[in-house]
Amino acid sequence: MIKIWSMKKNEEAAAKRKPKTSAAQIRVQKDLTELDLPSTMVTHFPNPADLLNFTLTITPDEGMYKGGAFIFSFVINMNYPHEPPKVKCTQTIYHPNVDLEGNVCLNILREDWKPVLNLNSVMVGLQYLFLEPNADDPLNKDAAEELRRNREQFIYNVKHSMRGGYVKGVQYANVLT
Amino acid sequence: MATTDAPITNGINYPDWEDRYYHVDQVLDNPGPRTDPDSFMAGDGVKNFLRNQCKILVIGAGGLGCEILANLALSGFKDIHVIDMDTIDISNLNRQFLFRSKDVGQPKATVAAEYIMKRVPGVKVTPYYGKIQDKDDDYYMQFNLVICGLDSVEARRWINATLVNLVDPENPESLKPLIDGGTEGFKGQARVILPTITSCYECSLDMLNKPTTFPICTIANTPRLPEHCIEWASVLEWPKVKGDMKLDTDDPEHIQWLYSVALERAQEFKIEGVTWSLTQGVVKNIIPAIASTNAIIAASCCNEAFKIATSSAAYLNNYFMLIGTESVYSHTFEHEKRNDCPVCGGESLEVSISESWTVERLIEMLVEKQDIQIKKPSLSTPTKQIYFQAPPQLEVATRPNLEKKVSELVPDGGDVTVTATTLPFSLSLRITYT
Repeated sequence: MIKIWSMKKNEEAAAKRKPKTSAAQIRVQKDLTELDLPSTMVTHFPNPADLLNFTLTITPDEGMYKGGAFIFSFVINMNYPHEPPKVKCTQTIYHPNVDLEGNVCLNILREDWKPVLNLNSVMVGLQYLFLEPNADDPLNKDAAEELRRNREQFIYNVKHSMRGGYVKGVQYANVLT
Repeated sequence: MATTDAPITNGINYPDWEDRYYHVDQVLDNPGPRTDPDSFMAGDGVKNFLRNQCKILVIGAGGLGCEILANLALSGFKDIHVIDMDTIDISNLNRQFLFRSKDVGQPKATVAAEYIMKRVPGVKVTPYYGKIQDKDDDYYMQFNLVICGLDSVEARRWINATLVNLVDPENPESLKPLIDGGTEGFKGQARVILPTITSCYECSLDMLNKPTTFPICTIANTPRLPEHCIEWASVLEWPKVKGDMKLDTDDPEHIQWLYSVALERAQEFKIEGVTWSLTQGVVKNIIPAIASTNAIIAASCCNEAFKIATSSAAYLNNYFMLIGTESVYSHTFEHEKRNDCPVCGGESLEVSISESWTVERLIEMLVEKQDIQIKKPSLSTPTKQIYFQAPPQLEVATRPNLEKKVSELVPDGGDVTVTATTLPFSLSLRITYT
């Protein structure tokens, strides 16, 4: 008797338990639906139902990286926005602030991340790296060294790498559109 | 103070001996200038509630949790539940005084509960070895109070949001005061959160110290500190060498690998100080725990729990911070509720619509509503998107839903989350059909 009664109670509890939208989920929805991206940036969701994993393609329309399409993966965890999104370049590219594994040196992705920043700020920050590569925060030391020493040679290397060419023995990905 | 009619507490008939709570009773037997005239029931009323009715949940049975459990049991709480997902590690034994070396490897919650029950007769401690996320609303509903001694932001955000969502305006019992303690080395804080009434944990998220991180380029090129070498090993070398293998910071072999890689790099750059324990500390973000800080914060939390349970004095409003790094400094202030808080600040709206309404019609209604002034709303349920204004791919993917009936996508009484640039954060709709 008692058992049946207590089982019924459990059933009721299970029926009452409804999924909840977490604060991280709402925040991602807010960030994504309010993205205000220029035509040079496009997001792609391999699984549109999954808002936490997507890619961003940047096609700079000026500067030395013009003509390329650079793809970054975004992975957001449930501790967002306390923790920044994890961003990596999916191609091997010749850039002073991106290493050969795709790690990106952008201050707001690590040490200067704050919850008031959003996905839009990260994306704009990434695009800025292609307009103004920064030789002072190198992740690809050879590229940074070249940019500092001989800007023209650096630009030549960039163009060559973007076609899938070798620079200093490293083959880079063909990123031409 | 009579010992005669021993109260039956949770099936354990254990008589309180004479003057067992002599000192506690000093503040419970008579009203005073600080007691709340509306709710304080001097004498048996309050004692009966505290000792026979009040059910309290302690989350975390670690550094703070052990102190909290002991304090609660000794101040007269008799029905205590405790949740912890961890097992006892040898490094806990210096401060988590409910554990002994023979307990290493055992669940913290279980061992702590047994110890308290053995040491403080008549107190029932019910352990749960697992995650707080395993439990549903009904479980949390049974408690009068919740005290947290947690070390993770994620767990705190979860329990905070759960208790805020539990509040049902029609049912006063659904409001569970949350007392949150936290320590970091010589610093600590204790706060009282009255869900939906005072500022909540999420309201203060931007006050958190973020874990120390170093610019990735410094790690890659110009390491100067032992920590730089360890971060180099864990952030850059691990994924490079180990590929997709996930770093498990609890696995000694993984730590050993990082340690040897970091040590090699340190030698290359002539940096001293890379040790096994520093490696573990950096990758697990460990800040040395100080037993006395835990004791102070736990005492403060239990003091608040006692005051809230008994109404014997005004409770903390609402944030107490302790800074023991340079002498002892403490400060109490009222942390303000944030109107744009994603957990407790969002507006909630009951919407009653016809079953034949399309999503488009619902959106039109939201845009036209004068009192909320929404422009370009995006809608979702907890499990799927209904309509997103951007980015373009998701707008196209969700556009067919505009034609669909709301009732096909949202159950009766279901929740819809609305975001829009014009909203401070979000709006929650509860949809019912007429």
